[in-house]
Amino acid sequence: MSEPIPLYRLAHGRAGDKGNRSNLSVIAYRPQDYELLVAQVTEDAVRSWFGHRHPSRVERHLLPNLHAMNFVLDDVLDGGVNGSLNLDAHGKALSFWLLDMPITLPPDVPEAGDKR
Amino acid sequence: MYFDFTDYSTDTIFDPHNRPIRLPMPTVPLLIGSASGFSGDRTDAAGPVVDTLIARGAPATLMYETLAERTLALAQLERERNPQGGFDPQLDELVGPVLERCLRHNISIVGNFGAANPLGAAERLRDLAAEQGITDTRIAVIHGDDLSGPAYRALLRDSIGPDFDKLDVVSANAYLGAEEIANALLGGAQIVVAGRVADPSLAVGPAMAHFGWRADDWQRLGQATMAGHLLECGAQVTGGYFADPGYKDVPDLHNVGFPIAEIDAGGDCIITKADATGGCVNARTVKEQLLYEVHDPARYLTPDVIADISHAHVTDLGGNRVALTGVTGHARPDQLKVNICYRGGWLAQAEISYAGTRAEGRARLAADLIRKRLGADIPVRIDLIGALSIFGDDAGELLHGTPPGEGRDIRLRVACSHHGKQQAERVLREVMALYTCGPAGGGGVRTDLKPRLNLVSCFVPRSAIRSGWTMLCAKRSS
Repeated sequence: MSEPIPLYRLAHGRAGDKGNRSNLSVIAYRPQDYELLVAQVTEDAVRSWFGHRHPSRVERHLLPNLHAMNFVLDDVLDGGVNGSLNLDAHGKALSFWLLDMPITLPPDVPEAGDKR
Repeated sequence: MYFDFTDYSTDTIFDPHNRPIRLPMPTVPLLIGSASGFSGDRTDAAGPVVDTLIARGAPATLMYETLAERTLALAQLERERNPQGGFDPQLDELVGPVLERCLRHNISIVGNFGAANPLGAAERLRDLAAEQGITDTRIAVIHGDDLSGPAYRALLRDSIGPDFDKLDVVSANAYLGAEEIANALLGGAQIVVAGRVADPSLAVGPAMAHFGWRADDWQRLGQATMAGHLLECGAQVTGGYFADPGYKDVPDLHNVGFPIAEIDAGGDCIITKADATGGCVNARTVKEQLLYEVHDPARYLTPDVIADISHAHVTDLGGNRVALTGVTGHARPDQLKVNICYRGGWLAQAEISYAGTRAEGRARLAADLIRKRLGADIPVRIDLIGALSIFGDDAGELLHGTPPGEGRDIRLRVACSHHGKQQAERVLREVMALYTCGPAGGGGVRTDLKPRLNLVSCFVPRSAIRSGWTMLCAKRSS
């Protein structure tokens, strides 16, 4: 088994917010990496990666046509732009937290990990 | 160029007085250019967009989105201070540079820059047009979103519950949809000024008016809604908020061009951008913005429709042109969303920097003594900017779990939200006192105290909202 690589090598994404809820897209750079992301960037994996934010709910929506996933994390913004004392009350940077998640490459996909 | 009436539809549409009328439905696409994506966006964005719309010669609308969730509350406070104000403070700078060209080339302008005073914005635009030599501009004003008056208290209380009585309400606005915008355009408006409308409706309205779509044409309204969604944040679909050097490179980001959607009669769209500008439109920029602030992709709710992008396709056509297809729509929600802003105490923020050897250790010591001094009655958030800040949580769980590092340039930030002004001020004084009473070498204290505006959202029955539009009368000569 090879060394894990960070998700950002395989995917890009953006964070959005509404109230105390964050949505994080994960979009495969290459279509052929999409299934690998679906297998590893699961609701459970994301919930635990965001453990210190205590999401009350993590929901994943798959968009296979776009080779993308959309994660919806409830109650991770300390109240959002209302209550949060975070400099980044919108959680704009949370997409880059998610993109640091480690991904394990299967040995039979040596070319995976090429972001382009 | 005039509409190319090569195809005639038998669909019935209604005039502003709800009388059925028949119009030939144009099949040429409608171009919608985005000139602003939030309050405070660049005022030089509109020029190249309008140049491009004129060069294409096709029917076109220029769209301004300038209202974030809290902007309206700030506008309402401004209007209390100045009854003539309360609309976007940058209105002149945003619209002035392109107003004459839009009017002379039949490019309609639709914006929510009316904020808390759409009529005031409309009057200002009328005067601005006159200053540029154009009189008798037909400017429509959308009304009905403002629920801050006493007449709506019972309605809001029904929705929120008894807690509503405890709120010191600053503003309450319903999200209106595209219908009034469409009707105003069909009624001859060259400019439509709105307050709170759903952002995508700023594009859906012009498309409904142009193509003669009915308000229950869920399929096309769903498609146009997602076109509007791609436009509503301005440069966020053309390479803005996207660049990540080495991974996602964007050419000439300093001169990023704003987007233009080409909406066809079937409702599909192509996203492109202003000519001779920087930035880029490709499948990646479009996918990021398509999913921005979306929850369930099959149910993107607006006042107009429930749009569904779960089977959408994004196709890069090359040359900064990307097609969005496969979007569908379902019947609109029965309720309208309302945002209520209320006063929420005070926000105190203070910062001090530590640099050089053991800087992080000294900053952590300062944080520790601040907490001891303030005690449990004044809870604070602590950030070590340069080591760990915005990824952290208010409770400091991540920070506590992160072992002290070797940071050599750390800015300590202390933040507190409190209903008592005295307690909030106390936080600022404690950070200030670090100058002489804290760890060695702290410098560059800055403090900030401001009133907080909080937001709560609720839903009200559509039938409880009386929205409409009126055409601004020409100014009487004095």
